[in-house]
Amino acid sequence: MPRLHLLGDAALLCELPAPATLAQQQRIWALAEHARQWPGVGETLPGMNNLTLTFDPTAIDLDTLTANVLEAWPGLAAGAVSGRLVEIPVAYGGEHGPDLADVAAHTGLTPAEVVRRHSGGEYIVYLLGFLPGFAFMGGLPPELATPRRAEPRTAVPARSVGIGGEQTGIYPLVSPGGWQLIGRTSLELFDPAAEPPTLLRPGDRVRFVAESVQA
Amino acid sequence: MIAVRKPGVLASVQDLGRHGHRQLGICPGGALDVLSLTLANRLVGNADGAAGLELTMGGCELQFETDTRIALTGDDFSASLDGVPLWPCWSVPVAAGQTLRLAGANAAGTKKAGLRSWLAVAGGIDVPVVLGSRSTDLKAGFGGLEGRALRKGDRLALGASRLDAARRARRAFGVRGPDWGVPEDDGAISLRVLPGPEFELFTLSARDQLWSERWRITPQSNRMGSRLSGPELKRKRAGDMLSSGVIPGTIQVPPSGQPIILMGDAQTTGGYPRIGVVIRADLWKLAQAPLNGKLRLVQVEPAQALDAWAAQQRYLAQVAQGLAAAGWADAA
Repeated sequence: MPRLHLLGDAALLCELPAPATLAQQQRIWALAEHARQWPGVGETLPGMNNLTLTFDPTAIDLDTLTANVLEAWPGLAAGAVSGRLVEIPVAYGGEHGPDLADVAAHTGLTPAEVVRRHSGGEYIVYLLGFLPGFAFMGGLPPELATPRRAEPRTAVPARSVGIGGEQTGIYPLVSPGGWQLIGRTSLELFDPAAEPPTLLRPGDRVRFVAESVQA
Repeated sequence: MIAVRKPGVLASVQDLGRHGHRQLGICPGGALDVLSLTLANRLVGNADGAAGLELTMGGCELQFETDTRIALTGDDFSASLDGVPLWPCWSVPVAAGQTLRLAGANAAGTKKAGLRSWLAVAGGIDVPVVLGSRSTDLKAGFGGLEGRALRKGDRLALGASRLDAARRARRAFGVRGPDWGVPEDDGAISLRVLPGPEFELFTLSARDQLWSERWRITPQSNRMGSRLSGPELKRKRAGDMLSSGVIPGTIQVPPSGQPIILMGDAQTTGGYPRIGVVIRADLWKLAQAPLNGKLRLVQVEPAQALDAWAAQQRYLAQVAQGLAAAGWADAA
């Protein structure tokens, strides 16, 4: 059962006990989908192993909302939400991925092997946050984990693909950032004029496709 | 049209915010003081959701190129229209060619306190609606005017006013501004706070300090958050937190132990413990609290937060009633 806690007077945090697993996260997405149908509930915001619901306290009181969550939870199946498969072409290395050599050195692999393993796996979008369209993804092969740069960059180019610790991700916009940049995609991760405005959504599966590799 | 002669420190187009997209990482943004923007809009006959300008620390000069009507709320920064003093929370006719001036925060004769003002213009600022809002997302660079803060030389179009020309030209009138409550002896502004999900992660003395300290608002504060300075709030033990949702008003405590109260432009998820959350009814005070000013955080119960919200809605209803009684607008 999730632990429930108010986050201010108009939001409710539903938090699952550790450890975070894909099965738990799938039930979080299912709860989000469910809760969006409840009158008085505004937005549903998945975190890692948790869900925040905003609500209008004049339309639904806390006791009712709490009861709704606890009543719905046991019936939520892990596989209920199936995301789309999104393929993301990446130009690895060279000017697009200036840290590929550093990742190779840290992991003891060749740059080509880093690319092969990074583009070989399937990733899951657990949640979006930090920037519009920025996906927190699970699924990085453990051997590719590389600490963040000691000196963060003040301006990471938009659409850069990076590794930060045990995570991989793509910067939708120019932003300061400390992740190791291994490549760049040609796809827009965030376009406010598009519908939907972000390429990725919680629950999506992602594959990186190596378009080119420069050492 | 409105011509921007001087934008001041930071001026941007804002409405009630961009809602419904948090799960895509898109922050709500919007006017940091929704109460003041709503009040200003009602005073000029606009819908509550019309876009206005959020002005920071005065020092601003705007020239109107058409006859219209304006209302300024929040801090007035000795505002004047062609040299004639302009009252905050007043609805004032403006003739083409007139210039609105807000004095700088340090100008002679200006009261020291103050941070932000909101300006509504009859018809609202007409910029494209992006993802359901005209608000400027300064960090992601979209919405508002070309996704950026206003610059000298910008010209802003106005939407169609719900008032006809004769009503727009009616003589000025004002309403009572929202109630700040009783100020502290030491000038500190009180914000009511509900304990956050990670309140218990902090040491007993940190929890006491949260309520007893007078927190200083540092000049590093911005639309993303108000950064506070005071004693280091210590946790019982260090450790990483998983990403979790944050909303405006969330008081998060990074490893420095110096709390940050998140505001409209903050990111949608965070990884720092949330020791408390400022109630919705008090966010407008934080939006206006001056840099280097002091805050007192007061623990309340959820029921008190809802009462405070109801009281604020009652004030807005009173304004709507008064305006309707004066034949200015339809009762809400």
